[in-house]
Amino acid sequence: MAVVEKELGMASLNGPAQWAPDQLTRIPYWLFQREDVYAREQQRIFKGDSWSYLCLEAEVPEIGDFVATRVGDQPVLVTRGHDDQIYAFENRCAHRGALLALVDRGNAKDFTCVYHAWTYSLEGDLTGVAFEGGVSGVGGMPESFCKTAHSPRKLRVTNLHGLIFGSFSNDVPAIEEYLGEEVLTRIERVLGGRKPVVIGRFTQMLPNNWKLYFENVKDSYHASILHLFFTTFELNRLSQKGGIIVSPDGGNHVSYSAIDPDAERDQHYADQNLRSESAYQLKDPSLLEGFDDFGDGVTLQILSVFPGFVLQQIQNSLAVRQILPTGTNRTELNWTYLGFDTDTPEQRRVRLKQANLIGPAGFVSMEDGCVGGFVQRGIAGAQEAASVMEMGGHDALSSASRVTEASIRGFWKAYRREMAL
Amino acid sequence: MTEIDSLFRRVGSFHARYARVIDDEGAQGWPELFAPECLYVVTTAANHRAGMEAGLIYADSRGMLEDRITALNEANIYEQHVYRHLIGQPSISVEADGAITSEASFLVARIMRTGETEVFATGRYLDRFVECGTDLLLRERIVVCDSNRIDTLLALPL
Repeated sequence: MAVVEKELGMASLNGPAQWAPDQLTRIPYWLFQREDVYAREQQRIFKGDSWSYLCLEAEVPEIGDFVATRVGDQPVLVTRGHDDQIYAFENRCAHRGALLALVDRGNAKDFTCVYHAWTYSLEGDLTGVAFEGGVSGVGGMPESFCKTAHSPRKLRVTNLHGLIFGSFSNDVPAIEEYLGEEVLTRIERVLGGRKPVVIGRFTQMLPNNWKLYFENVKDSYHASILHLFFTTFELNRLSQKGGIIVSPDGGNHVSYSAIDPDAERDQHYADQNLRSESAYQLKDPSLLEGFDDFGDGVTLQILSVFPGFVLQQIQNSLAVRQILPTGTNRTELNWTYLGFDTDTPEQRRVRLKQANLIGPAGFVSMEDGCVGGFVQRGIAGAQEAASVMEMGGHDALSSASRVTEASIRGFWKAYRREMAL
Repeated sequence: MTEIDSLFRRVGSFHARYARVIDDEGAQGWPELFAPECLYVVTTAANHRAGMEAGLIYADSRGMLEDRITALNEANIYEQHVYRHLIGQPSISVEADGAITSEASFLVARIMRTGETEVFATGRYLDRFVECGTDLLLRERIVVCDSNRIDTLLALPL
């Protein structure tokens, strides 16, 4: 019994797990490797006091529309109910646990489990049990069985400018408070008062722990070094005006920059002898010809919400990314490419062309698909070693410089709090 | 030889050349298999069915294809790997405007530096050709992958 309690208990991890209290500049590698850490993340983060991105409101426009997704490992259905409200509940039959929906998206009148035909409403309530009264008065469920006590667990749902987030927690603050004022403003900047249109969906399977990808998203230091495309075409130079915003609780961030065409080309890169400086020219520069979507000259805004959401603007390439952990060393990354319903054909074409920058084949993102795997493989056998993250200091605060790892430290601050580690 | 037999041989021969150029010659000559004004899109069956236009790769000129090869060689970072394309027999039509269109299945194995050989992608090539002398060039190739999942990244084109 003691062993079982230890395995199931959330109070402590099994085995040595050294991590100095409040340490944000050293991240031990066992965090990316251990099954018990993964299990604890599922309980304390994904089923804990967090908001998980589920889908876009635009993906469930009509009553009966649904999307099947996950919150952590947990399969979840998002629906538009008969009252035109959006619901989310476990995609799991209350009877014997089978999936209710076997397709990723569609339109349904209700959900009937294929196994024994237990039926659920669009709102996630158990409404029917096959042969509940038996056959010819024989068999069936006992009279004490109460359908209302056996519905799948429902999530709290919130709709933020067309982004649907869900939470298993009753205690998590409202999404606006969870995001913090500045991050909220930056979501409004992209989506406020607009109707996004999905123009493509792709899934990228990453050969690494989910946290390595989330670190990468929050890593404004690497962008101009690992991704040559960015630098050469002045999409994102560290010396451009811009900065990072870290939400007060640490978990959410924005990295942004604006092209300053009058700025002199600086010598910082050449001086550092970085690979990024090159005389590389495009044969067809129309790839980078765009328009000012938001009227503020900001050409790059990467925004993340703890624990697994990214809203991305790279010039006119807009997308949301959903980060879904799939075991300790595998992550599903779902890209949804967006336009707006007001796009002219020319603007839409710009988005289609600039989509070459992002996604699994993206000129400025393909490296992010493999670099996490380089770390995952690099840290094999080095459980007790740790990464070093002191760029920009030791804190997790907003900064006018993008040469910082502050937003990654912010992630670990939120992670430590939620994991009680 | 009937006209359709001749077409079949020409399209089949084109596919053989495409596989050789893309797999065995570092894809350097790959853009030259396309007309200067062309469309090359890599998408998935689900997106294609839903009429979604965005691609994993979207190029509407031969210049963009050349840029992709240059980027792969000069800019992008990825672990060394190669593909092996197997292209099935084409199903060919001649449109009312005389354009030759074809559909062919493909299977691409990815061989990593470390030795792993895996099926990386399967799908269909939806092609529209133009004739350039005796050669065929692609006016349009829509690469419709059967799966919506890409493992790690898609660097080399399909």
